[in-house]
Order: sequence, then C-alpha cells, then structure tokens
Amino acid sequence: MAEVFKKEGYVDPRPPVLGPGHNFRSISEKIGDIVLMRGFQKGWVFGFAIVFLGALMLFNTIGYLVLKGVGIWGNSIPVAWAFDIINFVWWIGIGHAGTLISAILLLLRQSWRNSINRFAEAMTLFAVACAGLFPALHTGRPWVDYWLFPYPNTMGMWPNFRSPLMWDVFAVSTYATVSLLFWFMGLIPDFAGLRDSAKNKVQRSIYGLLAMGWRGDARHWQRYETAYLLLAGLSTPLVLSVHTIVSYDFSVGIIPGWHATIFPPYFVAGAIYAGFAMVLTLAIPVRKFYHLEDFITIRHIRNMCKVMLATGLIVGYGYLMELFMSWYSANTYEMFMMKNRIFGPYGYMYWLLILCNVLVPQLLWIKKFRDKLGVVFLVSMFINVGMWLERFVIIVMSLNRDFLPASWRMYKPTVFDFTMFFGTIGFFLTCMFLFIRFVPMIPIFEMKTLLPESKVDEHKVEEHISGTSVGANPLPQFGD
Amino acid sequence: MTTQEETGIYGLMAEFDTPSSAVAAARQTYDAGYRRINAYSPYPIEELAEAIGFHKNMVPLTVFICGILGAIGGISLQIWTSAIDYPLNVGGRPLISLPSFIPITFECTVLLASFGAFLGMLIMNGLPKPYHPVFNVPTFDRASIDRFFVCVKADDPKFNEDETRAFLTRLGAREVSHVEK
Repeated sequence: MAEVFKKEGYVDPRPPVLGPGHNFRSISEKIGDIVLMRGFQKGWVFGFAIVFLGALMLFNTIGYLVLKGVGIWGNSIPVAWAFDIINFVWWIGIGHAGTLISAILLLLRQSWRNSINRFAEAMTLFAVACAGLFPALHTGRPWVDYWLFPYPNTMGMWPNFRSPLMWDVFAVSTYATVSLLFWFMGLIPDFAGLRDSAKNKVQRSIYGLLAMGWRGDARHWQRYETAYLLLAGLSTPLVLSVHTIVSYDFSVGIIPGWHATIFPPYFVAGAIYAGFAMVLTLAIPVRKFYHLEDFITIRHIRNMCKVMLATGLIVGYGYLMELFMSWYSANTYEMFMMKNRIFGPYGYMYWLLILCNVLVPQLLWIKKFRDKLGVVFLVSMFINVGMWLERFVIIVMSLNRDFLPASWRMYKPTVFDFTMFFGTIGFFLTCMFLFIRFVPMIPIFEMKTLLPESKVDEHKVEEHISGTSVGANPLPQFGD
Repeated sequence: MTTQEETGIYGLMAEFDTPSSAVAAARQTYDAGYRRINAYSPYPIEELAEAIGFHKNMVPLTVFICGILGAIGGISLQIWTSAIDYPLNVGGRPLISLPSFIPITFECTVLLASFGAFLGMLIMNGLPKPYHPVFNVPTFDRASIDRFFVCVKADDPKFNEDETRAFLTRLGAREVSHVEK
C-alpha cells in the first residue's frame, strides 16, 4: 500500500501490479471462471496425463520400496545419506518461497504479492508433502514412523529431544500444519465468492461447504484480517527456523564440510533462492496458458528476478566462505574435503553448481533479460538444477571420502533413486494441476483491494452524509 | 425478541454500490441510534467495521495465550520426558539441557499460536454456519462480488419495519430488502 504515501501528481514509472480496465466483477469472473467453467481444456488434460504418470511412478517406487526395503536405493556406508536427504532439503527449500511471499511480503506491505501468494502457498504445501516423504521412507520401516513423535508407549521410552533430527520432526510438521492453515484461511472468502457465482448445484454445495458460511460480515473481516496478519507474523520466524533446523541436521554433526556456523543463514538464503526459481518456473507457463498477464504482470517477474539475484549473491558468498573457512581452519580434514569437493572424482558436480547458481543468474543484472520471459524461465531452470547440485555436493561429497581412506567408497544412485526423485516432481505437478483447476489460484478478494475504487474516500463519505436528508440531524421519530 | 419471532423477520438489508456510500450509510445508521447493525463487503474494509461500532477484537489476546501455552507445553514436555520420566545421558550433557530444548519449544509456541489464530477467528465469527438468514436476500450473492450491504437487525430496540425501511431508503440505498428468518 505504498501508494498512500505518494505525493500528488507523482506518476509511478513501474509497470502496474494489475492490468488496466478491471473492476470488482471482472476480477471475480476472470479468476473464478478458470475454476467454475464446465469440462476440461485439452491442454490441461494432456498436461495432467503426463504429470500423473510421474505420480504413478512415485507410488510404484514407494510400493516396491516398502516391499524390499531401502536397499533398493544406492545408499551404502559411508554414504548413508544421499538422494533421500538431498531431495528432502531441495523440496523443503522450494517450499520456503511460498511462505516468504505470503508472510514476509505481507508484513512488508508489498501489495504486488497479492496475485502470486496463493499460488506460492500451494507450491509450499505440495513441496513440503514431497519433502516429508523422503525422511519418512528413509527410516526403513515407515509403518512405525509414529515413533518419531512423543507419545506414551509400552516401551516406556521418549524421543531424544537433544537431537537435531528430532527438532526437524517438529519443525517440518509444524511448518506443514501452519502453511495449511494459512493457505486455507486465505481461501475461505474466495470459496464464498465461488459459492455465490457457482453455475450449478454441485459447485455450489462443494464451495459452500468449504466456505463454511462466510458472508463477508464487517466484524468477521476485522477478526479475519487480524488473524491473517498474526499468522503471517508467526510464519515469518517459523520459515527461518525450519531451514535453520534443517541446516542443523548437518552443522551439529562433526563431518568436514558440514560442521560450519555459516550453515543456517546460507541455507535459508538458498531456500528462498530455490523457491523463487520454482515460482517463476511454474508461473511463467501458467500465466501464458490462462492469459493472466493482467494479474501476474511484468512487474512481478522483475521483482522476483531481483529477489533471486539478491539471495543468489548470498548463496555465492556462502560458497566463498566455505572455501575460506576450510583454509582458515587449518584442519587437515576440512582442507582435504574442499580439495576433494573441487578436484575430486565428483569435481564436475561442483563446477556445474558454480555455473548454475553463481554464473548464469548474473544475467539478471541486465534489465533487458529480466523482461524477457524466455531468459527468466531458463535462468530459473538453471537455479532449480543448481540448488539440487548444491545439496548433492554438500551431502555426498562430505560422506564418500571421510576420515579413513580405507572406508572411502563412491556413491552410485540406482534407478529407484531416480524414479523416486522424478516421481515426486510428477506428484508435485499433479497437485499443482488439480489446484489450478479446482481452486482460485489468485486471491480474488485481495486483488479487489488493489483497485482504486476499493478504497473508502472520506470526501465521498462526507458528500453522501450531507447529501442525504438524515445527515444533519437524526430523524426525530427515532429520538427518545 | 418476541416481536422478532412473531414477524419472522431477521432485519432489513440495504444495498449499496460503492464502499464510500456503504460506510456513509453505516455511520448514519449508527448515529441515528441503531446498535444491532451488520455490514457486508466483498473484501475487508476497516472503516465499515468502525462505522458499525466494532472495536473489541479478541483475536490477538487469544493468539498470545495460545502461544504461551504452547511454549510452556513444549518446554515442560521436554524437561519431563528427558530428565524425569526417562533420564537419558547424551554425551554427559545435563539432563535439562535448555539450549537443545529451544527449537522444539519455539515450534510448539508457533503451532499453538497458529491454531489459536485460525480456530479463534472461526469460533469468534461463529463459523462454520450452515444456515444464515441473510442468504435469503436474493441479491445477497453479490456481497462476495461487487456490492456492499448494511443490515439493521430486527432485535434492535429502535427497529420498526416501516420507519427503518424509510430511513434506509433515504440513505441512498439501491434497494432495501426484507430479510426473512
């Protein structure tokens, strides 16, 4: 709402956050019709069929995994943590941009975020669901995963609360729950809008059920706004704590390359970096396919590019500090780890990482490239890959050559590592396809507040009051 | 109350085109001495809630109390399980190793405070509500799209169907509808 503070006559040189020519009704219709229309578009069905195959691949892999055990993966001592934890951290990181956009940008009063927050929050939820699968299955006996939670049991035991892995259980489950509450709460008024403009009885009942009787009462809105703002305020430290705790999984250990104080900020920045890249990867095609250029404008794309550039530089600084610290520590193992990381048998992964995460994103310094959707899409794909490589570099390379050369061993992923990983991408996209089709992907009521006519104009209120006969003195017949 | 039950009327609903006219009408209705007023809008309008005299918002207090309960619950769970019920020596650290207990205490605080915000908002708003009389107004489905409504409830002591209707019409309402219970 920066507009309020502007001087009169000032023209904003930036592109608008909402295309011209919209009113309350057109916003409701344009966004609502994607959900309420009859039948399915061919493009949607085709895309859904492909990504659903990916989801099926995931379900099959999980089935086989439960049947045979984690031995079907390539994990083997000394590399006991591999694709499972790489993918876990990758997905969790992707999820963080959703919370950042919906919570932190809300607190900072960045109203341009209104059109992308719902989308990004959905991405958070699905990414966290994918992330949670990996550690849950990596336990080896997923049917007793409830042992992770503290509950009174016949064994008379409690979890070890001093372990970062236990903190992780609490952090990720809290994060998933709070993200779901935040997302659903944002949806309640929009479900009410869909209920009211539903085209048939089925839609009316389903959206009516989800709206829970929301009727836009002014008192309800006040409590709603307060609760929403407080949830945003709670999510902000939460999202930072989650990735900090994820980084503790590594940095509390004494493995060279993991035991570093820079991990929490460096992981959080990396998470935001990866998340914004994923938002752009998804938003650019969706915007084009559903003709949402009026709502997700070039200003959004530019702003997201700038956030990526900034967090990308923090991540680059992290890489630099890792190099410096391994030299400055004067520790043989630390120094060897870094030499192995850059020139060892997996050295090419490190150089690819530098290419994807440090070199290519520098293109975004150039304004012309920030406006070219093709370039932005390509850069965000590089970052998606780069962030996965980063976790590979950190996890596998620190483990495969540890303290004793006798126990060194190369890590090779099996086909099931890949079907599992690509399967989660399929599952994630399946969820996104369903979300786009059945839930308004842009918050309708929040978009309305971006319209100039949505503001209450005190001059007009005065005019109305003096223009009506009851204005000056209340009607006598109502007096005592 | 008895009159309300006799007539089967919930109130009178005035419909407005713009947020400014709705706020003006709400203020005038409040100034005229009506107290049981509701207002409806497709998006949050702070002025509208103020105009109908809504100032007491208990959501922040609820969230605060829930947060405190979460913090106390989180830390006591950890202290009781790791030091009293199942004392576990990990690397010679004290049984009550507070620094290690902070992350989970924090997560429990956030979790309970968030439930406080979400459920507190719903419960104080009286949701979920499967049936509400205002939905009987035929044009009310535009309250979530592009119309603004001010409703004077029949249980207001000053409510009189004919007079209130005349009053609301004079405020410049597009239409004043009878809300059946």
